[in-house]
Amino acid sequence: MLFRIARMALFYAALIGLWQLVVRMEIWPRYLVPGPRDVLDSLKTDIDNGLIPHALKSSLQRLAIGYSIAFGIGMVIGIATGAWRWVDETVGSLVLGLQSLPSITWQPLAIVWFHLSERAILFVVVMGSIFAISISARDGVRNIPVLQKRAAQTFGARRLQLYRYVILPGMLPSLVQGLKLGWSFAWRSLMAAELIFVTIGLGHLLSVGRDFNDMNMVVAVMLVIIAIGLAVDRLVFGTVEAYVRDRWGLSQT
Amino acid sequence: MLSIRSRGVRAEDEPTDGRPVLSVRGVKKRFTTRRHNTTALDRVSLDVREREFVCIVGPSGCGKSTLLNIVAGLDQPDEGDVLFAGKPVRRAGPERVVLFQEPALFPWLNVRANVEFGLKLAGVSGKERHARAQRFIELVNLSRFERAFVHELSGGMKQRVQLARALAVEPRMLLMDEPFAALDAQTRDVLQAELQEIWSRTQTTILFVTHNVREAAILADRVFVMTPAPGKLKREIDVTLPRPRSPDNHAVVDVAAEVRKELEHDIYASPAPEDSYVI
Repeated sequence: MLFRIARMALFYAALIGLWQLVVRMEIWPRYLVPGPRDVLDSLKTDIDNGLIPHALKSSLQRLAIGYSIAFGIGMVIGIATGAWRWVDETVGSLVLGLQSLPSITWQPLAIVWFHLSERAILFVVVMGSIFAISISARDGVRNIPVLQKRAAQTFGARRLQLYRYVILPGMLPSLVQGLKLGWSFAWRSLMAAELIFVTIGLGHLLSVGRDFNDMNMVVAVMLVIIAIGLAVDRLVFGTVEAYVRDRWGLSQT
Repeated sequence: MLSIRSRGVRAEDEPTDGRPVLSVRGVKKRFTTRRHNTTALDRVSLDVREREFVCIVGPSGCGKSTLLNIVAGLDQPDEGDVLFAGKPVRRAGPERVVLFQEPALFPWLNVRANVEFGLKLAGVSGKERHARAQRFIELVNLSRFERAFVHELSGGMKQRVQLARALAVEPRMLLMDEPFAALDAQTRDVLQAELQEIWSRTQTTILFVTHNVREAAILADRVFVMTPAPGKLKREIDVTLPRPRSPDNHAVVDVAAEVRKELEHDIYASPAPEDSYVI
């Protein structure tokens, strides 16, 4: 464990060293390619003056709302397509098709329907993550071993009980992959949407940085976006994955 | 061979001491695929009395699992009736719990929660559930593994959990579908011995399907020999040996040989593979 941490630290130290070296060579002007020192300073100032915390808060709020909506609708679509063949052959095929759309292509529609509003951003986020979630929920329902369902039936499980006690908990290993994918799509969609809509948020800070030619800030905000992405991946989904590994055994994940 | 009485399968001449708890009457089941039209069960009839241990022995593909599923209510017959406690079987239910060959346990639940599963469905309160689960986990000698998850258990332990889960709902009848077939010989011996003891303690009625003739001889009060294509009950053999029975007991081996002789008669005429039953 200690060795792995040390190895990771070494890797990042080398990366930052390399970055510093490239900047020192002054191949490109400083205002185009900022050095690690400048970025760190900018990050500190923008955290201290409240710019980044403020933006982060509203971005995370939007993400929480958008992802929750996507989760709710995605689960319903996914379970329905997993449970009934005819729903799968109709709605399911549509979902597969829509899944291939990059979420930002919803933006023109979002603007026309909801104007430049909060709801437009949420729409893009929801559309970005809903299909990954519903596809994995469908697979989760389908992947429950027949024998487990039959076992529940011999104990007298009715359809609703079958869902509550067998299918919902049993779909977790498949579902967790889609939840993770859905989250990262939601995060990306949100950043893309905030870049375009004028509003408070991390994505918007990026466009502010570009407008003021402040590359220090742009890179600093990018670092924050990466950090949030990593943190959620590790803390939230890492925990769920560990839970799945613990119960289902290694072979399932 | 004093211990063996055998006779035809006609139900009329059955000396009933008490009404049968399970009554299968002229059950027919066909399976239709694009190319084949197979009769899995052809007018199968049998009775099982309360607290009896009945084995159905036959090679793979003779329809014995199909018969078990129909008795369970997981499958419906094309013709004929299945009566359980005098009432026709329409759906699966906890009075007839099935134990499957592959342990159908729930991986997200630990051993205790798996055993509590049927009780939870039945709406038994948490405290009572807990106490009952504990009792049956003890009965199958798994107390040390109460908190283990399914993937941490060996094949034999998984089948013990399945047995405890089934017994916990106190079913009137246990339907066992080759539960020990996938286990190694040593584990199988141990579990057969345990099952004999558990059966004598709980006095549950058991219908047990197997392709292992020795297993049938060890466990059963009565053995039905089943032949494939179409699935028919060919002969019924009473086993009145004292219990517990050891697999090496001469009388047990004799019964097994008797059953095997019945099977061998048909095995070469049938499409089932030669190694599909073992002694």
